[in-house]
Amino acid sequence: MVAHLVRLKLTLLRNGFKRSPWQLVGVILGGLYAVGVLALLIAGLFFLSYTEPEMARMVVVLGGSAAFLGWALIPMMATGVDMTLDPARFVTFAVPMRQLLLGLAIGGLVGIPGVVTLVAALGHAAAWWQHPVALVAAVLCAGIATLTCVVLSRVTTSASTTLASSRRFKDLSGVIGIIPLVLLGPITLGITEGFRSSQDFLPSLTEGLAWSPLGAVWAVPGDLALGNWGAAAARLLIAVAFLAVMAWLWKLSLARALVTPPYNAVSRKAGGKLGWFSRMPGTPAGAVAARALIYWFKDPRYGASLVSIPLIPVAVFFGLSQAGDFTFMLWLGPMIAFLLSFAISADIAYDNTAFALHVTTGVSGRADRIGRVVACAVIALPATVLLTVLPFVFIGEWHLLAPVSGVALGILLTGLGLSSVVSARYTYNVPLPGESPFKTPPGSTARMMLVQLGGLGVLGLLALPEIVLALIGVFTGEPLWGWLALVVGVVLGAVLLVVGIVLGGRWYDSRTPELLQAVAKNK
Amino acid sequence: MTSHPSQPPVQQPDNQNPGQPPAVGAPAPGPADGVPAPAQQPAAPAYGAQAPVPALAVRGLAKRFGEKIAVNGVNLDVPAGSFYGLVGPNGAGKTTSLSMATGLLRPDYGQVWVHGVDVWAEPLKAKRLMGVLPDGVRLFDRLTGEQLVTYAGLLRGMDRETVAARVPDLLRAMDLTNDAGTLVVDYSAGMTKKIALATALIHAPKLLVLDEPFEAVDPVSAANIRDILHDYVASGGTVIVSSHVMDLVQRMCDHVAVIAGGNVLAAGTVDEVRDGASLEERFVQLVGGRTQAEGLEWLRTS
Repeated sequence: MVAHLVRLKLTLLRNGFKRSPWQLVGVILGGLYAVGVLALLIAGLFFLSYTEPEMARMVVVLGGSAAFLGWALIPMMATGVDMTLDPARFVTFAVPMRQLLLGLAIGGLVGIPGVVTLVAALGHAAAWWQHPVALVAAVLCAGIATLTCVVLSRVTTSASTTLASSRRFKDLSGVIGIIPLVLLGPITLGITEGFRSSQDFLPSLTEGLAWSPLGAVWAVPGDLALGNWGAAAARLLIAVAFLAVMAWLWKLSLARALVTPPYNAVSRKAGGKLGWFSRMPGTPAGAVAARALIYWFKDPRYGASLVSIPLIPVAVFFGLSQAGDFTFMLWLGPMIAFLLSFAISADIAYDNTAFALHVTTGVSGRADRIGRVVACAVIALPATVLLTVLPFVFIGEWHLLAPVSGVALGILLTGLGLSSVVSARYTYNVPLPGESPFKTPPGSTARMMLVQLGGLGVLGLLALPEIVLALIGVFTGEPLWGWLALVVGVVLGAVLLVVGIVLGGRWYDSRTPELLQAVAKNK
Repeated sequence: MTSHPSQPPVQQPDNQNPGQPPAVGAPAPGPADGVPAPAQQPAAPAYGAQAPVPALAVRGLAKRFGEKIAVNGVNLDVPAGSFYGLVGPNGAGKTTSLSMATGLLRPDYGQVWVHGVDVWAEPLKAKRLMGVLPDGVRLFDRLTGEQLVTYAGLLRGMDRETVAARVPDLLRAMDLTNDAGTLVVDYSAGMTKKIALATALIHAPKLLVLDEPFEAVDPVSAANIRDILHDYVASGGTVIVSSHVMDLVQRMCDHVAVIAGGNVLAAGTVDEVRDGASLEERFVQLVGGRTQAEGLEWLRTS
């Protein structure tokens, strides 16, 4: 049975590659990256063995605890990074619980994250090659630790799936999950500040973690190397007990999941509220705009980019607070303009097969393009204007407002035009409707990067006139150049927007069925 | 297939006849390697004064996906005002054929006319005449049911007042009035099917193409929908439904075509096709593949 489950997982992985060569490319790139990181990691651990054992122990405990936390939290935030062996799919098979547990645990190791963790855990023994007892213990602890990682992720995911079976929670967690991601910079900054302010912060953190279930297993080899036999035994006990408790919890939640099918309680609502549909003109383009706007606010995949608008200034602010020079904040407007205008470059891919409605109703390419651009502009234009002007309110330097807003508006308009062309021609796999915004379909990354980087390059070229004028204005201090940048940005941007809509619309019209087939591949 | 005087009412196309490509006056590509295009009816549908224009005419429709030939030169005439059933086993090419007939999937070969309008030459004009319920596609499910139907109407270019007048009628007919404000993502499978059907009806099309319309729909709603469709046909509309519930097709439809392995095995009025037997018996006869019950000797409870 266990072998069956592992083989099933392997088959699923392999069949996944067969669907598209891009997927294989993505996995190979991911694998190469992982191998590189692993090699660096193990080499680093090896060199650690020449330092004091305390040092090696501290690094191992901190790194190991971080790995545990990662396994526990990342799948939960991404609502099921890997649900190929979703227990719900085994409900109808009478698999004995013990074998199902073991099979799912080992199956969870198959895949890049599992293998990387296993190799890294085993590799950490390299830090202890000078202490034979610690070396043996390290290998043993690596096994316990890896198993704990898998079980831990299963426990947290199955605990959260109870909540996540409600769509509202899933939507909300997807949108909220973006916040720590965007604020990663400020958060790490805060932590490093903490390190700097107190010299013995790390050692005391290590001691604390070493007695907690997160770090206990990682501290055992170090304790042995230092000769603390008693502490090592106690920590091993903590580690094993933790694994046992987690496995028991997992078993409980699995047993519950197997007899409780997901159920989504929904309250019935009578109609009468058309929302954006009654605010937009009653034309095909207006309808597309209304639909897209509803999605901006109701679909977590769009909601995530909406939430990040106010967070990006915060992240940039903290990034600059190191240097103490905030003049760069003045370029916030163009940054937001680029991010938002390019957000609709995969709009049709986001529709997935719902796009069939556009095909059967025979909506013209121009109406489709205009609707999507208008919806994006309703959000992006105020956001861009606000974030262009706001920094000047705080920093001053008002003489730079004209060139900066020229660049911001130019990039916004040009970007919207470019997105209109890109989304009608170059589709790539995106998270499916209803899925977490973080869930990138495996292997789509390569093509996505290609399209996005290409788009960025082209956008830079198209917006070059206003950028050059603005830079001249900034460096010479002549207000004329700034005003020229503003005029050129708006006029050229508007022209490019119209060109983009016409060209994208024409492409859309000539290959609507092919577009539907392209987005239907991602299921 | 009744509108062709030169053809026998029930045809049994033989695909050993890889003759000419289905040249229908269009850029006629030769048969693809591996796609034998049966020239069953090589002539373009020439509609004289005596033959009425069929609601849907399909000539030599073929599609391959990689190695697999999904649709192998299908010819069909769906008379205007008929209730046409399309039956076939799973994977017979029903959905692929209907997708190509409705402009969702570009055919490799062949042509399709809807009331005389070439679907692939004048797609926008043809799509105005058709209401389509595709199978296996998502809906814009973050809209409420009411918004979704409104959206379909506005996308068709209908004016707001007409849409606003028709949407409540459609929701009532589908028994969804109380759920009009619920997001479609929270609908059950049957409700989703019904709201999708409503989006196909909003513009009062002349031809309705419904792929598996009764799947997961409860019996009461299904009966209501059947009534709506019968009224629609009685008033001159044409309905094509695909299904693998033979009983339903036999009771509901007046014409039927049997598709298997990407070929039309028989087509005509239901009585002609079933030829005295029940449609299910005739279907099994045509399609084959019945295994005898001895196959599972161990499956005995005693």
